[in-house]
Amino acid sequence: MKRNLVCIACPIGCPIEVELNDAGEVVGVTGNTCPRGEAYARTEVTHPVRSLTTSVKVEGGVHPVVPVKTAAPIPKEKMFDCMQVINAVTLQAPVAIGDVVVKDICGLGVDVVATNND
Amino acid sequence: MLQYDLVVVGGGPAGMAAALQAKEEGVAKIVILERAESLGGILEQCIHTGFGLHYFGEELSGPEYAGRFIREVQQTDIDVMCDTMVLDISDANVVTAVNKTQGLMQIRATAVVLAMGCRERPRGALSIAGTRPSGIMTAGTAQKYVNIDGYMPGKKVVILGSGDIGLIMARRMTLEGAEVKVVCELMPYSSGLQRNIVQCLEDFNIPLRLSCTVVETHGKERLEGVTIADVDERLQPIPGTEQYIPCDTLMLSVGLIPENELSKGVGVPLDNVTKGPVVDEYRETLHPGIFACGNVLQVHDLVDYVTEESKIAGKGAANYIFGKKKGGAYAATKGVNGVRYIVPQRVNVRGGEKVKLYFRVGQVYRNAKVTVTCNGQTLLSRKRPKLAPGEMENVTLTEEQLAAMNEGDEIVVGIEE
Ligand SMILES: Cc1cc2nc3c(=O)[nH]c(=O)nc-3n(C[C@H](O)[C@H](O)[C@H](O)COP(=O)(O)OP(=O)(O)OC[C@H]3O[C@@H](n4cnc5c(N)ncnc54)[C@H](O)[C@@H]3O)c2cc1C
Ligand code: SF4
Repeated sequence: MKRNLVCIACPIGCPIEVELNDAGEVVGVTGNTCPRGEAYARTEVTHPVRSLTTSVKVEGGVHPVVPVKTAAPIPKEKMFDCMQVINAVTLQAPVAIGDVVVKDICGLGVDVVATNND
Repeated sequence: MLQYDLVVVGGGPAGMAAALQAKEEGVAKIVILERAESLGGILEQCIHTGFGLHYFGEELSGPEYAGRFIREVQQTDIDVMCDTMVLDISDANVVTAVNKTQGLMQIRATAVVLAMGCRERPRGALSIAGTRPSGIMTAGTAQKYVNIDGYMPGKKVVILGSGDIGLIMARRMTLEGAEVKVVCELMPYSSGLQRNIVQCLEDFNIPLRLSCTVVETHGKERLEGVTIADVDERLQPIPGTEQYIPCDTLMLSVGLIPENELSKGVGVPLDNVTKGPVVDEYRETLHPGIFACGNVLQVHDLVDYVTEESKIAGKGAANYIFGKKKGGAYAATKGVNGVRYIVPQRVNVRGGEKVKLYFRVGQVYRNAKVTVTCNGQTLLSRKRPKLAPGEMENVTLTEEQLAAMNEGDEIVVGIEE
């Protein structure tokens, strides 16, 4: 079986073709211009992941919210679960880039960290 | 009157990179004038990741990318004046600016870098029939509400235009619990990056309707719905295809225009296509000592290219300040067969350096060739699997190729299918 993807690992967006055998294993990846593309394609057809970026409420800062991201990509289907957890958090200023906002979110082994100062 | 070697107008990624490069080249007195309360430019509200892959080799969010340059600027003796709006630049490179603490001030500059970025095309530039209720805004304004002010502008959203900001906001609103009903794109292709169509629309099953537009808005105080319709090849709505969609928010992502009021004021000639100044390979405008880079020069989709371009401008400004600018012979660049524009528009062929030409195409091509010719001679022919209007392309001319040219020659870039 073949699957056609667009690589989202960088803004170039190479069209990638993944060849899968009957057991669903990847037997070939073509169309990528760099190794990141192959890695993306392999993950995408087996267990797709995404980085989640959003914001968290802050009290006592310059702005009412500060931006955050998951420090590593998380399973795509967990995005809304993580959003619920993050939206329940309120931080106290000061917040600095890199501060851990939620540790090990949803037991995924990934922290949510601040991406700006406030 | 204040006196600086270099005045940089705008403290986004373009202005910061130009100032830092000029500093590295040894320019002594530099000031960045920024009208917002802090440095960073539009990146401060772009909290998604996707910045810096080329330049830093890692995927950063907008504030993180900006943060690295802000820190670098703070480690130098570059002066920064925030909350300071530049009002005018005179023919003699005197910059007039105003802020609350110093009031109106005049700064004599040896060189000026224009780095004012761009602004979104507002609704007035569109002709949509119907009422003018609240709930209609540009996608960038909505982005500021959500990401800086922490406030959700609506619950049921229609997005007109598939520019990157619109796509990014489709995902952002969905994550925050809003329902994005549809993204309508007038053209038969999206002007956004493929990766954003995949991760902002397809991931959330948000439909993208190509060749489709909003023909009417409904609602008295607050938007209640919009009528959309398919368009024909001449981009005219096709009668009978109208469809009513209830929504409380309409976001416009219909393009960006370089912010060139100041450039026009000083009489810098602009390119009709890019809407930015006409520049040479060091991004110097036709007004001696005035340079331009970033979104004020051409609308970029990748901040990495903004940084690259701005460092070139910073170096050019330094050369100008030190009187090291090379005299020369200028060839003009010209896009044909699908190449909409090229930056730089003119190249000093006696510069003794290779020059990268950046360009955009007007439609999607597959397995096409990019060719560069001069005086009927082919200099370059490169195969590209895919070319799209949303993605900026480049070709490099070598020092030798340029040295063989003369004043007034035309460097022609075109697409062959
Ligand atoms: C919403 C959005 C999403 C994007 N997403 C991505 C992405 O995912 N990946 C990526 O690589 N790139 C992305 N980009 C592109 C990239 O962020 C921009 O191209 C880049 O920020 C442009 O930098 P700039 O310095 O030219 O302009 P800006 O960042 O707009 O900075 C211009 C600055 O000049 C100031 N200014 C203007 N006029 C005056 C004046 N008269 N006096 C004083 N100051 C003035 C403004 O306040 C502003 O701070 C995105 C752009 C936008 C708008
Ligand atoms: S394959 Fe490599 S170059 Fe192509 S889009 Fe993916 S990361 Fe970018």
